[in-house]
Amino acid sequence: MLAHRPAVGVSAVDATVLEVRNLTTEFTTKWGTVRAVDDVSYSLKRGETLGIVGESGSGKSVTALSIMRLVPSPAGRIVGGEVRLNGRDLLALSEGEMTGVRGREIAMILQDPMQALNPVLKIGDQVAETIAIHQGLRGKALLEKVIEALRHVRIPAPEARVKDYPHQLSGGMRQRVVGAIGIASQPSVIIADEPTTSLDVTIQAAYLRLLRQLQEEYGLGIVFITHDFGIVAKMCHRVAVMYAGRIVEMADVGTIFDSPLHEYTKALINSVPPLEADLERLPQLDGQPPLLHDLPPGDAFAPRSTLAFTPEDASVRPELVEVEPGHWVQLSRPSVADFDRYAHLVSYG
Amino acid sequence: MLRFLRKRLIASAIAMLLVTLVVFVLARIQGDPRALYIDENMSQEMYEALGRELGLDRPLYYQYWVFVSQIATGDLGVSIHQHRPVADIVLERLPATLKLATAGFIFSIVIGVPLGILSAVRRGSAWDFAGRTFAVLGHSLPSFWVAIMAIFIFSVQLRWLPAFGDGGLDHYILPAVALGWAAAGGQMRLMRSAMLETLDSQYVVLARAKGVSQRGVIFKHALRNALLAPLTFAGLTLGSLITGAIIVETVFAWPGLGLLAINAVVASDYAILQGVMIVITFFYIATSLLVDVVYAWVDPRIRYE
Repeated sequence: MLAHRPAVGVSAVDATVLEVRNLTTEFTTKWGTVRAVDDVSYSLKRGETLGIVGESGSGKSVTALSIMRLVPSPAGRIVGGEVRLNGRDLLALSEGEMTGVRGREIAMILQDPMQALNPVLKIGDQVAETIAIHQGLRGKALLEKVIEALRHVRIPAPEARVKDYPHQLSGGMRQRVVGAIGIASQPSVIIADEPTTSLDVTIQAAYLRLLRQLQEEYGLGIVFITHDFGIVAKMCHRVAVMYAGRIVEMADVGTIFDSPLHEYTKALINSVPPLEADLERLPQLDGQPPLLHDLPPGDAFAPRSTLAFTPEDASVRPELVEVEPGHWVQLSRPSVADFDRYAHLVSYG
Repeated sequence: MLRFLRKRLIASAIAMLLVTLVVFVLARIQGDPRALYIDENMSQEMYEALGRELGLDRPLYYQYWVFVSQIATGDLGVSIHQHRPVADIVLERLPATLKLATAGFIFSIVIGVPLGILSAVRRGSAWDFAGRTFAVLGHSLPSFWVAIMAIFIFSVQLRWLPAFGDGGLDHYILPAVALGWAAAGGQMRLMRSAMLETLDSQYVVLARAKGVSQRGVIFKHALRNALLAPLTFAGLTLGSLITGAIIVETVFAWPGLGLLAINAVVASDYAILQGVMIVITFFYIATSLLVDVVYAWVDPRIRYE
């Protein structure tokens, strides 16, 4: 199946496949211009899974759509930054060139398998479409490839299933079909936007296992968007936490769970209910995610933080600082202890 | 699929039967049908003989049974004034109306559907604005006024097109536009909103993420899913275009069912009116059956229900 793609040697295993630099995406709304993705940077290695975590509206999905250059236009547009996929800046490509990249070098798995498949086309045809576009196959060879892709995502009796319509499949099976579409052309990166949110827990576990197997098999880089820290722990090598369109903390998964530095990261981890404890109330983070058209100036998280912010502290826009190798965090002023410790890294005015 | 078809066929037959019942009851409410035949030379014996001839001495349910079985064999009665079978008269006029309705229908689809797609794909553009203006005008301008203005401008002033009557293709243009404009406007708006909805859907995002071209996204993924609402509307339009032809036919002196019905009203020729009504409802029901079949072809979820 990998025949059309050059074999990747051991030396390339550490290679960066996706690099996002200072990506900024804006939307025009009736309340004015909204910055949904604000100066986001991260990179992804071959075979690595980067979790993107945050509340609804934190810019996770728009980041994904920006990378695919599928931000709904004309309301939304990418205003700055770079998206380097295998060294090529996707934002500099023409729309025609980008169409050739989508589905071939970078693919997407969407949140809701009930909505993501076209209800009037047979699933075989929907998988075939992407293979026909990118590999130019027709007829019997195409059908074989489709069946092979469906078998790869462990769909039973794929020879018969190709003729089914989406409504004849269960939710878990449909999500596998979406997965099959994703891997059909062996992309280097898959963006999975909450792929298991609408699945039952047991089916969820099976699907995550499948994703990990496919990752090992193909050396896929996965950007895994979720709001579920349980899934992060199972799936991700590194985690980026987003708030109000910005990354507030990014580190490997162990560091995020063991020694998170940002108040928001701590609050998110604390809000995962422990299995053993018999709680009266689930822990929660006070306040609402900020409205992007009415962001607090400076530190967007200040109004919800438990730290004591002076108005002056809150007005400073915190920078993302690498406090130790591979651990990036937005240092806000009142996080005194951390701030003193890392003050030499920060250059506030 | 066969089960679905059988179900729809039975439902259509029941609808048709109900229509004949309504027509039958309406006709009997009119009073004694013999009243129309009475003149000063008629004796009591002749009056009663006529009653027997028309079956009026039998019970009402039997009369209805006779009425329905006559319709089923294509017998729509005899015109009081023309003294000819109604079926012959209606069949003479039917082609003209069907041709006009078809022309209006084609106009509404050929203009309305592409305009709706274009408006949705280029949302907010000049095309969108033009399309929506076209739709609003079609909805709000009464067809008789459009017909008169069209005759005034294109026949009287510019002398480009004939003002009345059936004939070559040029005879169809003005009546078809007058008849089909409202339907074209409705079609355009339905198509536009359905397309906007499907273009925003997750499967369109996924299709784009697969690397499908803009053309493929619009025609293969969005359009087919957006077709259901315009399809229903098209079916209803075809039926209502046949009825709507009454007004337009009158303005353009078009020799069709509409003109026939208007003249029958003026002459109190109930048999013809009944016949026209039954024929029109038959086409209405037939087109909605056709729409259901096309539905099932477009949307597999209906097929397998």
